[in-house]
Amino acid sequence: MEMYSSVPEFRVIIDRQACRLCKRCIENCSFGALEWRDNKVKAFDDRCVACQRCVSMCPEDAIALRRTPSAMSAHPIWTENARRDVFTQSRTGAILLASTGNELHERVIFDNLLLDACQVTNPAIDPLREPIELRTYIGRKPRFVELEELDDSLKLKTELSPALRLEIPIMIAQMSYGAISLEAHEALARAAVMRGTTMGSGEGGLHKKLYPYADHIIVQVASGRFGVHPAYLEAGAAVEIKIGQGAKPGIGGHLPGTKITEEISEARMIPVGADAISPAPHHDIYSIEDLAQLVNSLKEATRYKKPVLVKIAAVHNVAAISSGICRAGADAIVIDGFRAGTGATPKVIRDNVGIPIELALASVDQRLREEGIRNETSIIASGTIRNSGDVAKAIALGADAVKIGTAALIALGCTVCKRCYTGKCAWGIATQDPRLRSRLDPVEGAQHVSNLLLAWSIELKEILGAAGINSIESLRGNRDRLRGYGLDHTMLEILGVQPAGS
Amino acid sequence: MRIVANYKHYKELNEEIFQAVQAGVAELTLEDVNGQRFIADCLKGKLNIDIYGTPGNDLGMFMDGPTVTVFGNAQDGVGNTMSSGKIIIHGDGRDILGHSMRGGKIFVRGDVGYRVGIHMKTYKSNVPIIVAGGRAGDFLGEYMAGGMIIVLGIHNRAKKAEILGDWIATGQHGGAIYVRGNVDDSKLGNGASQFPLTSDDEIAVKKVLKEYCHVFGLDLESLLDSEFTKIAPLSHRPYAALYTCE
Repeated sequence: MEMYSSVPEFRVIIDRQACRLCKRCIENCSFGALEWRDNKVKAFDDRCVACQRCVSMCPEDAIALRRTPSAMSAHPIWTENARRDVFTQSRTGAILLASTGNELHERVIFDNLLLDACQVTNPAIDPLREPIELRTYIGRKPRFVELEELDDSLKLKTELSPALRLEIPIMIAQMSYGAISLEAHEALARAAVMRGTTMGSGEGGLHKKLYPYADHIIVQVASGRFGVHPAYLEAGAAVEIKIGQGAKPGIGGHLPGTKITEEISEARMIPVGADAISPAPHHDIYSIEDLAQLVNSLKEATRYKKPVLVKIAAVHNVAAISSGICRAGADAIVIDGFRAGTGATPKVIRDNVGIPIELALASVDQRLREEGIRNETSIIASGTIRNSGDVAKAIALGADAVKIGTAALIALGCTVCKRCYTGKCAWGIATQDPRLRSRLDPVEGAQHVSNLLLAWSIELKEILGAAGINSIESLRGNRDRLRGYGLDHTMLEILGVQPAGS
Repeated sequence: MRIVANYKHYKELNEEIFQAVQAGVAELTLEDVNGQRFIADCLKGKLNIDIYGTPGNDLGMFMDGPTVTVFGNAQDGVGNTMSSGKIIIHGDGRDILGHSMRGGKIFVRGDVGYRVGIHMKTYKSNVPIIVAGGRAGDFLGEYMAGGMIIVLGIHNRAKKAEILGDWIATGQHGGAIYVRGNVDDSKLGNGASQFPLTSDDEIAVKKVLKEYCHVFGLDLESLLDSEFTKIAPLSHRPYAALYTCE
């Protein structure tokens, strides 16, 4: 009867001749897939998640992981995953949890968009010799500016709204302390400082260790209001109201009590061991007017010194909703696409709810332009930004900046084994186990994330230079510098992009 | 110090209050308050604010320390996500009073509206307390994670109106609601149940009510004469069995 559970997804292959029985692999496996039996390492394939920890820790390269494609007879519709899910749910009667992002829809529209470059008629710019501006200001921009002429200078008369100054148009996404470890949180904060950008506190409050970096941290206010207090609001570079996230639009979150350790409890300000429940809606927001009230209360709380961002998942009516959010006074709208990652979400929601970030972004930018309010808010796009090409394309589709989550975690050592929800992350990222956490060095991790951001920044300058553009601002919403390749007419229309060759 | 709010925009009024507090003013009286929002939003420290009129939504939001007394009714969102301090309302409070409150006290002489005390939480010595003298509407203490709510139904008895609305304490996973009188089980949402008061409960309720009666000049003994009902969660992890994984 328990047939499926005995068909493992991966096979751990140990080279018995090379293995010197040091047991390091056993110590490193946090999923219990390797045990010491009869004086040798025994693998329990069904527990293996292919996180690669043992493979990389084996001093003799004696371990290899193989996928087991022949384990089940093939069926194009009843895939192994589909069968496994039915089996699991038939034995538990429960909601299937998943981590990371959408696995059902493999198509990424970014891959069907092509960037432009100069040839002959207008010169390309060499970013190695000429300055190319990546600095980005996030916040409300005035419709026009009034200047006052002084004797030998000009003075700005227009009162500007508070803005976030970013040296690069790439921010680190909101990931909570609780979903990820303190070491991961610290590494991301340090990286944000190093590259002149921001990271997000997530909705779990801010550990006191992170306060020194708080001028590069956007503090989040979510429906659970965990760890939200005056010092937290005043510390952050900006405040972000989380309405939804791409991996679970319309869904609240339950951080299980088993993960509420002493330290998490302190940051979230809730008792150890009790579930941390973030309700699906904010109970003080039932309308755009109510959202405006929360935006304004946060502006009042921070004495109008910090931008207030509002994050939503990309859903069907994203353009109209964004118009409302802009009118509610948000200084920036963060739109999280349906491929966005997460520590834990119901799989059915992750794979089936929401729309792609590319389409959401284009339609929001278009709508705000049509309504003449695009200057009143910044747009930040997130949900599988995998490389600098995606960054450039997102900006050309209308984003002011992008946020990266999974990419930053991969830089920290994440191998996308998709088991964040277990809390057993062997790389010390999505775990609160002190033994596992100690595997992640925040300083080294910060350097890796910083390197990634640096590399993408240099590449962005190359992309801009090639297009003959010397400032990222001139790429924003510049869909003329994009062409669609293999996209249907309707999609091109929504994206506001011409087909390649036209 | 006295500030007349009259028809000032809340931004102007709150800036005046903020400047006064910055300048070291510790006693403030606001007169002719006409629905101005966010009064005492995120204010900290020892500070007394007396309000005459009707303050607008989110009175005392994020507040951490001050005492605010309203001589009149308050609107929605009193003490929203408040950290500490005290809010005393000599009239009625409205919806989502004490939303996500994590410390301090809100004493209301009269009734409170819907969704009061939603997602209140306790952290160590921070135990938020709400006392409503009259009745409370639907969804009282929904998702309640900590703290104490007391509903007295003082005025409702004569009117024979129900003390509580429906769907009380749905999804409650911490804290306790004490109601003066009996509660029908049909009023409770999922996750909560009725329990007899322990001697610790009785001591805690008496302590809070003593202060409440002192504030409003009520007779403590006559309040304590009645039976109280305690509503508390069945589990601190109500959704533990909801999920599975591969």
